[in-house]
Amino acid sequence: MYAEPRPFWPPLISGIALGLTLLLTFVITGHGLGGSGFFARAVAAIGGWLAPAATAANAYYGPFVEAGKPLLSWITWEVVGVMIGAFAGSVTARRARVRVERSDGVSSGSRLAYALAGGLLVGMGARLARGCTSGLGLSGGATLAVAGFVFLIGFFVAGFVFSMQFKRAWQ
Amino acid sequence: MSIPVYDSGIASGLLAGILFGYVLEAAGFGSPRKLTAQFRLSDFSVFKVMFTAVLVAAVGLWILRSTGVITQASVYTPTTFFWAMGLGGVLIGAGFAIGGYCPGTSIVGAASGRIDAFVFMAGILGGSALFGWAYEPLQGLYFAAQGPKAETLPDLFGVPEWIVLAALIAAAAAGFAVGNILEKARGGPLSAKEVMRDPEEIASSTIHHTAKELNAHA
Repeated sequence: MYAEPRPFWPPLISGIALGLTLLLTFVITGHGLGGSGFFARAVAAIGGWLAPAATAANAYYGPFVEAGKPLLSWITWEVVGVMIGAFAGSVTARRARVRVERSDGVSSGSRLAYALAGGLLVGMGARLARGCTSGLGLSGGATLAVAGFVFLIGFFVAGFVFSMQFKRAWQ
Repeated sequence: MSIPVYDSGIASGLLAGILFGYVLEAAGFGSPRKLTAQFRLSDFSVFKVMFTAVLVAAVGLWILRSTGVITQASVYTPTTFFWAMGLGGVLIGAGFAIGGYCPGTSIVGAASGRIDAFVFMAGILGGSALFGWAYEPLQGLYFAAQGPKAETLPDLFGVPEWIVLAALIAAAAAGFAVGNILEKARGGPLSAKEVMRDPEEIASSTIHHTAKELNAHA
């Protein structure tokens, strides 16, 4: 018998805790939390190892490698922290397990194909927008930046539209 | 010591990240089914948690500024690039609805053992690389419709900050109320127990059902 997982926090409690975390981050660093910036730096670093000439010549990633060691950045330590925090939290609450999370009507193979396709769109979108749900939506929103709300409107509208089109992925 | 401290070192990153990851996981945001249930209107956790967090931090920053603890322009405020940010938001909303995560939540999903989250992260790397490849032709779009530097909603509407905050708090309260009604009508938000449950082996009836649907679509 497995012990039951501990329940999630109520949304209001999670929201207050997340808001205080974000406020603390602003007070310590002068900027908010992020996510996608790490992936951009990882692409610059991987490109720099695998194809140094092409990466250096790239108009977008060239400046990252030119500045040297693209992964030596605050966002990398933050992402490592996210992994530690999420791992510790899920293990202690019995919510960690190796598996493919999917809905009843979707095979693991299809679920992974959808995940890859979604990730590709999100990677392109985050570079185009100069940030993601964390950096622009959450952190930008908290500074009341117009940028954050332009992003959030696009995110929620497209989320609803594509969710209707891809019902099959989650039914 | 002046505030913000502007410490972007290793300890600062680890501390912010550990809290961020712990809270996201506790909210249930490592689960793609829970995250995407927002857009099926059966679980309003994404809206509730994000809106609450934005407002707690925004009110906190407002208090710190009004009491003179921090100065007006002391925290990073992004500048608007209307088309790039609007369309980027659309791509991320689409990718989230299809793949089940955004960048931060995919890291949380992976750290709690989800293989689909690792695949999603590989997709983000691929998509980011593709953007670099397409960057030069996209530059027009990337810089189009640039707004004033670090423009905020109070700047845009020409009203005091507290009025914007009060309006957002009212909007959040309305969203919570509507969300509670819709959640109740659609079986309630996904619990940790439901999220941890593996789907039953796909029964043959489901396969037939799906095949029939596919045929109907073809």
